[in-house]
Amino acid sequence: MRGRILGVVAAVVVLIAAAVGYGIYSRDRGQGVNAVAVVSGQPVSVQAKGQLLFRNTAEGPDFGRLATVPADRTGEPRKVAGLSCDRFAASAGTALCLAAQPGVLPPMTDVIVLDKDLTEIRRIELPGTPSRGRVSPDGKLVYWTVFVSGDSYAATGFSTRAGIFDLASGQLLKSIEEMTVILDGKQYYSSDVNYWGITFAPGGKRFYATMGTKGKTYLVEADYEKFSATAIRENVECPSLSPDGKRIAFKKRVSADLAAPWRLAVLDLASGKETLLAETRSVDDQAAWLDDTTVAYGLEGGIWAVPADGSGAARELVQRGSSPAAG
Amino acid sequence: MYIATSRAAVDVPKSSGVKRAVTGNVVALGLVSLVTDISSEMVTAVLPLYLVLGLGLSPLQFGVLDGLYSGVTALVRLVGGHLADRWQRLKAVACFGYGLSALGKIGLMLAGPSTVAIGAVLAADRTGKGVRTAPRDALITLSSDPDHLGRAFGVHRAMDTFGAFLGPLVAMAVLWLSLGSYDSVFFTSFCIAAIGVIILVVLVKDHQPGPRAERRKVSLRETAGLIRQASFRRICVWAALLGLVTLSDSFLYLVLQRRWELGAVFFPLLPLGTAGVYLLLAVPLGRLSDRVGRWKVFLGGHVALVVALLSLLGPVDGGVLAVLALVLHGVFYAATDGVLMAAAGPMLPEHQRAGGLALVQTGQATTRMFASVLFGLAWTAWDLHAAVLVAAGALAVVIVAAAILRPLRTSA
Repeated sequence: MRGRILGVVAAVVVLIAAAVGYGIYSRDRGQGVNAVAVVSGQPVSVQAKGQLLFRNTAEGPDFGRLATVPADRTGEPRKVAGLSCDRFAASAGTALCLAAQPGVLPPMTDVIVLDKDLTEIRRIELPGTPSRGRVSPDGKLVYWTVFVSGDSYAATGFSTRAGIFDLASGQLLKSIEEMTVILDGKQYYSSDVNYWGITFAPGGKRFYATMGTKGKTYLVEADYEKFSATAIRENVECPSLSPDGKRIAFKKRVSADLAAPWRLAVLDLASGKETLLAETRSVDDQAAWLDDTTVAYGLEGGIWAVPADGSGAARELVQRGSSPAAG
Repeated sequence: MYIATSRAAVDVPKSSGVKRAVTGNVVALGLVSLVTDISSEMVTAVLPLYLVLGLGLSPLQFGVLDGLYSGVTALVRLVGGHLADRWQRLKAVACFGYGLSALGKIGLMLAGPSTVAIGAVLAADRTGKGVRTAPRDALITLSSDPDHLGRAFGVHRAMDTFGAFLGPLVAMAVLWLSLGSYDSVFFTSFCIAAIGVIILVVLVKDHQPGPRAERRKVSLRETAGLIRQASFRRICVWAALLGLVTLSDSFLYLVLQRRWELGAVFFPLLPLGTAGVYLLLAVPLGRLSDRVGRWKVFLGGHVALVVALLSLLGPVDGGVLAVLALVLHGVFYAATDGVLMAAAGPMLPEHQRAGGLALVQTGQATTRMFASVLFGLAWTAWDLHAAVLVAAGALAVVIVAAAILRPLRTSA
């Protein structure tokens, strides 16, 4: 028996040593060379025109950091700043960085609001995993969605919390789920309501978001001051309003197939006309408008762009990147 | 072998009060479960982060993956229990189950971003868990004095729960050491699971079938035929009936969160409250069940759940409510989980233990799944308050019926 116990102890020591060794090896793996051409440690201004801002996801020491390339020459070596995020957005001189706190369980997210030179203005700690983040066209509001696991009752369910921070007033709204909402002409209440993917119209009064309830998704149009909303359309996820405020790019669920459920589409708010975009693959991202005619999105590890009117074809802007934002 | 046997024989009298002691085999099995639970809980803790942030899956896809394979366990449990009996190889079948789950951790490292591959790995992991449960519990009953089975299961479940406590902490330590490498968490989880398998192989003694049960292969018909034995049938039926009116954990936590207006930071900590109470009370309630009767304690546990549900509807609010509900929920677990096995085990012939225990467990697990669906529907139809009230009422009715009919009065 003694020999056996010694044997077990020896095996335990070897296995734990292997685990620790692997941990230390993983620690060093990020210290190597960047997998793509990178110019590190660059000062970045989110206000500068003609640039594409994104999160660098090429393996190497600059993984996860904010990067930028000229909008018309996206193949050039990326300039990388020091800021590290899981989701990034910028508009009108305000930047938003969502970063999961490293090594914290259950997961916590830092919502970091920054000025044009990436100086931190405000940091908000929220439970959950970063999912979506956006800045209003005038740069005065930032809003986000975090994904909270273990919060939902149904096996196939999940829970999201969408929040808004008002830079001018300092008002923080951790979740918009208390908002009154009208569905089919009646005030709607259900315990399973989730919101995700907020997008504001120019002026900062009207916003849109996805409401999920009972297995369906709806586009809601909301009044920020009255804090009330109306469901205006079904099957719209992750809405993103065009710079002119007239169209919404979104994820449309087109298939029950788990491997390819969504297509990118654009909805014209005035006419209610829906157009599927030329990207035929399943896109799981909140699209970002680069200008009034083009949307960008993350797919297969890179950043792609496609015309917003259903014409043309998708083209890859940047390899190994996510969270695109026009400068 | 001679030396080992004689040493064991010398060892026994040393521990005073032989009858009262939990056997080395049960402790060894407890150790296997403790280590395995560290391994599996560390993966459970990082999986949402890994899938959503690491791989960029949307929450919806994560939810589908998570729910897809819950049903796998039920069927596989029956297969595991039956085969363990058929071959009279309890340890070998349990070992296969633990081994499969261990390999699943390597599978997660290899699966990469493919949803299909991750789904397959999670299914393999659940299969391993399903396969091993019944043979392991059978081994516990066969390694213990039948009069002290409640305590033996108490010790095993307490060790098991302790492992579940440590899992997330180990995962955090690994993330800290490796600067956030999920692969490191999976690899460490594999190493720890492998330690569990080694302890099982080296330290756990398999049950030696007595001369009567020698090499007689148990047929599928015989396993199913266990249900014809009156007292065993009653325990299966009543456990399943109670399962049908048992509110699942996640619902209870959700209701608690709504009532308490709990900050989301604390939400994931609620299960720790239940587990803590379970950990502390598993042994005392197991011992109590040995003294006063296992079925009584089993029913008593369900009463605790009724009270927990009613307290959620009552006037007390805030932190007091949370503590009360979680303590009662922990009592429910400590009084039911291992105790049911301790009650059912002695009714079954030795060579059919694993298959029989699998029948009880599967019946209960299946009806509990139905209960979740039913409660979900009730919630949607009537609102939360009414749904909880109905759930508590239904559970109380079944408890009272069981108490009046006393299904197990002759045995246990």
